Amino acid sequence: MSESDKQINIDYVAQLARLELSDDDKAKLSGQLNDILQYFEKLNSVDVEGIEPMAHAHKVDNVWREGDEPSAVFSKDVLKAMAPESREDQVVVPKVVE
Amino acid sequence: MSDLFYSDISSLNQGLESKAFSAVELMQSVIDRTDAVEAKINAFVDRDAEDVLKQAQASDERRARGESLGAFDGIPVGIKDILAVKGQSLRCASKMLDGYRSPYDATCITKLKEAGAVIWGRLNMDEFAMGSSTENSAFGVTANPWNLDYIPGGSSGGSAAAVSAGEAIVTLGTDTGGSIRQPAALCGVVGMKPTYGLVSRYGLVAFASSLDQVGPLSRNVKDSALLLEAITGHDPLDSTSLNQPKVSYSSALDQPRKKMTLGVPKEFFQQGIDQEIKVAVEKAIDWYRSEGYAIEEISLPNSELCVPVYYIIATAEASSNLARFDGVRYSHRSKDAENILELFSKSRGEGFGEEVKRRIILGTYVLSSGYYDAYYLRAQKVRSLIRQDFEQAFAKVDAIITPTSPTPAFKRGEKNNDPLAMYLNDIYTISVNLAGLPALSLPVGMTQNNLPIGMQIIGKAFGESDILTVAHDFEINHEYKNMRPTI
Repeated sequence: MSESDKQINIDYVAQLARLELSDDDKAKLSGQLNDILQYFEKLNSVDVEGIEPMAHAHKVDNVWREGDEPSAVFSKDVLKAMAPESREDQVVVPKVVE
Repeated sequence: MSDLFYSDISSLNQGLESKAFSAVELMQSVIDRTDAVEAKINAFVDRDAEDVLKQAQASDERRARGESLGAFDGIPVGIKDILAVKGQSLRCASKMLDGYRSPYDATCITKLKEAGAVIWGRLNMDEFAMGSSTENSAFGVTANPWNLDYIPGGSSGGSAAAVSAGEAIVTLGTDTGGSIRQPAALCGVVGMKPTYGLVSRYGLVAFASSLDQVGPLSRNVKDSALLLEAITGHDPLDSTSLNQPKVSYSSALDQPRKKMTLGVPKEFFQQGIDQEIKVAVEKAIDWYRSEGYAIEEISLPNSELCVPVYYIIATAEASSNLARFDGVRYSHRSKDAENILELFSKSRGEGFGEEVKRRIILGTYVLSSGYYDAYYLRAQKVRSLIRQDFEQAFAKVDAIITPTSPTPAFKRGEKNNDPLAMYLNDIYTISVNLAGLPALSLPVGMTQNNLPIGMQIIGKAFGESDILTVAHDFEINHEYKNMRPTI
């Protein structure tokens, strides 16, 4: 990977993250993030050949539920009260399908 | 009775049992103290005196009926603004969750309520637990009680400052890379991160799920032991919660002292460490040696890689966890969105603060196509090496001693424009999260500027009793637990 490949394309990444950034944010973040990525280069000095990746401190297996037991759930009113906008027991969002 | 707010759990419990004072009087003492100092400290983002007095009243009524629920009945416990308490605000010190109230209790809160504890307020923090200074809060900075111009550490800065300033008896914090231990060190209190999986994460707003743990902060070791044993236990609602036998950590402290072997990793005393901290921790190690503990120099050769590994793994997990804050079902919603994509990106752009945005972008980048192997996968492999270092060390020693933080508290604003310098503040604490081990921070000295110095004691997985005992032995032979800031 060349050095230019390792520069963050901030517009692209912000779009992937669904995060709107102001031009000032972008300018500031680009510089800082490229410094941080340069610091991450330390990891390239390590030989990781044959080392297993570790995702968790302890071995975690799938934890299956015992059947599909009904349990208490939040009422419609509790969930509706959290929503920024709702109508007729539905959460309102801008039109999704053209 | 005037200094109830600075008492410990055991003496408060005795006073409550003997009716020297009531739970309402205790709570009122903490409320009065908080009212007196909070304008200077700003440890809380929300608190409701009426609600806690009602809880205290209920505790007094239980006790009068002879139905006391035990050592925590009537004891005020402060809660970091990242743990769900039914009916209370839950904002993670972020504008993103302004107005949100939690519809349920976190498991650790359920356990505290079952033990009769008074659930006290919402404590300030770095937004979504991202930071080391509590300056990244949408609701103002918290001051270090020892010097109001200095930061209290973070992200559990409110939890540490409240304990130090007498605004709570004990508090809960959370620790993903040092967020309990570092503020505890900087505020001169005890703070402990348990073994990963010992305390349920259900109801803890996720930052980095493979690293996050809930833990206690207190003015002495025994209170942390008591609070820890109140919140541990297997929880089917958290699939990473482990089924371990329940341990009484506080009674382990009263057992005859066993002289353990303590490891001192040479890498933690080299470059970048403040001289006063180095000297104070070395002095503490000398004390242990003089008391008959075996001291062994050890090596954790991959220590210097823990910062890049942590900031890759933690930001990757955060970018995924924080995707849920999209302005649809709850959380802040932008008023300017014309379509659904704008609703997501504008709501998130308006709701999140600068550090959270920085970490979401970084985490999204290291997970993105073409970079995953170079960053995320490589970091996970080096994480294995970091854990192996600890496994090898613990074949020879019972506990490991290091400084908690390379520097004492720094001035507000000092590192605001240099995120990398801020990240390096976590250099001694984050390897512990990566390996999933327990560790605590204990006050072991003061700088010439009258700022606290913390020492970290790291244990084997589920070695909580060992590190609490080692810490307790030092504590009862020194005076640091009785030091109080002048506010």
